[in-house]
Amino acid sequence: MANETLHKLVASATPLPIENIDTDQIIPARFLKATTREGFGDNLFRDWRYNADNTPKADFVLNNPTYAGAQILVAGKNFGMGSSREHAAWAIHDYGFRVVISSFFADIFKNNALNTFVLPAQVSDAFLAEVFKAIEANPHTQITVDLENQEIVLENGVKESFAINAYKKACLMNGYDDIDYLLSLNEEIKQYDLAHTNFE
Amino acid sequence: MSTPTTLFDKIWDAHVVKAMEGGPDAVFIDRHFIHEVTSPQAFDGLRKRGIGVFNTKRTTATADHNVPTKDQHLPIKEALSRHQVETLRKNCAEFGVELYDLGHPFQGIVHIIGPELGLTLPGMTIVCGDSHTSTHGAFGNVAFGIGTSEVEQVLATQCILQYKPKRMRINVNGQLANGVTSKDIILYIISKISASGATGYFVEYAGDTIRGLSMEARMTICNMSIEMGARGGLIAPDETTFEYIRGRRFAPQGEAFDEAVAHWQTLKTDEGAEFDVELNYQAEDIGPMITYGTNPGMGIKINDHVPNLNEIPESELASYTKSLAYMGLEPGAELLDKPVDYVFIGSCTNARIEDLRTVAEFVKGKKKAEGVEVWVVPGSVQVSNQAKAEGLDQVFLEAGFELREPGCSACLGMNEDKVPAGKYCISTSNRNFEGRQGPGARTFLASPITAAAAAVTGKVMDVRELV
Repeated sequence: MANETLHKLVASATPLPIENIDTDQIIPARFLKATTREGFGDNLFRDWRYNADNTPKADFVLNNPTYAGAQILVAGKNFGMGSSREHAAWAIHDYGFRVVISSFFADIFKNNALNTFVLPAQVSDAFLAEVFKAIEANPHTQITVDLENQEIVLENGVKESFAINAYKKACLMNGYDDIDYLLSLNEEIKQYDLAHTNFE
Repeated sequence: MSTPTTLFDKIWDAHVVKAMEGGPDAVFIDRHFIHEVTSPQAFDGLRKRGIGVFNTKRTTATADHNVPTKDQHLPIKEALSRHQVETLRKNCAEFGVELYDLGHPFQGIVHIIGPELGLTLPGMTIVCGDSHTSTHGAFGNVAFGIGTSEVEQVLATQCILQYKPKRMRINVNGQLANGVTSKDIILYIISKISASGATGYFVEYAGDTIRGLSMEARMTICNMSIEMGARGGLIAPDETTFEYIRGRRFAPQGEAFDEAVAHWQTLKTDEGAEFDVELNYQAEDIGPMITYGTNPGMGIKINDHVPNLNEIPESELASYTKSLAYMGLEPGAELLDKPVDYVFIGSCTNARIEDLRTVAEFVKGKKKAEGVEVWVVPGSVQVSNQAKAEGLDQVFLEAGFELREPGCSACLGMNEDKVPAGKYCISTSNRNFEGRQGPGARTFLASPITAAAAAVTGKVMDVRELV
């Protein structure tokens, strides 16, 4: 995923106003058996999206053509709880989402999303409600996610800023990842490893 | 005099190779566990970069999530599962990583084998691409789950880039009632603080109730730290810890062990050290617990009722209603006497020898209820062998329980052991998410003894009336 960058995204959004969405819903365990990172988007929210006979569930939002092409997922608080499976972030990315907006993210998911070049933008409960309201009023409403200025702006001008660590922000904007940085510390790490043998 | 410091800070700070100004720390990892599910793409990353594993001695692999729990000597039937395990084999061979594969005497669930082999020791940093890595914290170390990009980081550099979490201490004091176990303690805490109540924190468990627990019971508590959102949980090492470690295969031996103990004894939170949050619970307030919903925070005392609609905050009503509909339960329902179809005793939460002994002791001379399917799945080959050596297999056989071969089994739907749609399963595992035990499966989380009681009566029981 390296070399992908994210600066400013203006896109429509898919609303999923459910709290505590866990990683088993985002990508059920039985779909973790691939040994590459591709193709997970087909099974994003698999059991909410499809019936047992693989026909789409008409009332699930990803099956609603109104939201086709949306690049922002807006979800209830505590998104991504549960497993450390990065496959959940891969599925979101592979489906075409570049940003997830929620009022609270699970810890490991947040790291996994950032490492997968999906921006987890955490906003207040009140602003999240505004976002849902705007989408309800107009499903095609354009939401601006401005990473450089750390700001989300709705069409009606209502906006809120979000926090992101400067280092992670730079990674997203410049398309580099943690391993590049850690590899640059190789000599220091070797020294540490040599001096740190008390557990062996 | 130096500032009083928490145990968590002591371990973390000692492992920072380099702190980035305004950014994350590069934290050195002493022990890296890998398994077949979250490692293939990480090894691919190494290949693309043309680099090897930084220090193969610090990496240990096993196969657990995808393995069948019957006929393990035969090739895995399911093609994708077989491919994933074979990919692990190839990767370990190519990169020189020790693998405890199917058929190896050390194979088992990654969080069961680390401690029983003495690979998990106090004062370490330990990571694995699995959120229940928090289990290892029971030994007084900093252990947490990571994603696959981070698995690649650790394989490539033995370090991980991390922001330091905040600190929480949870004290539990007092005497537990008979039939109330460590699983009930942790389900009780999660029900109090919710499935996100500890997000952003590393939790130290303390207090005389925690001190009084065995290592295996402590592992159950730390295992489920992630279910309240915590990055990890830990318990300061003490004599109980040292006695557990003594003589284990990869633990320091002889003089080296005594030296290690002298160091490990320094691993504790200083008097007066500050936590960002501190919570206190009384053991007397804790009863046998059961979950009714679709996240581990949705738990109640077994003789309590499912919350009524007016007891749920408005913002949570939609999730709550969805959850009860999935579980086929009404608001205000009682769970006592609720019939169950399946009983699963296993997983990295409760598949250690102590759990199997507890269950065997309870069911000895009893028979499982008619129509209930009971699976007992040891966490490792060593647990399995030990159970047989102690005659527990006979107890299970006579009770009509199925003692299977080791693996993650019915904790998550990645292998053949699944609960059918609509069926109720009382499970000693850690998650009751929708579809976790198979699409449409309905999971009640509980302790091994509560699961055993359900196995012999066919319904949800208050074990305090039976022990």
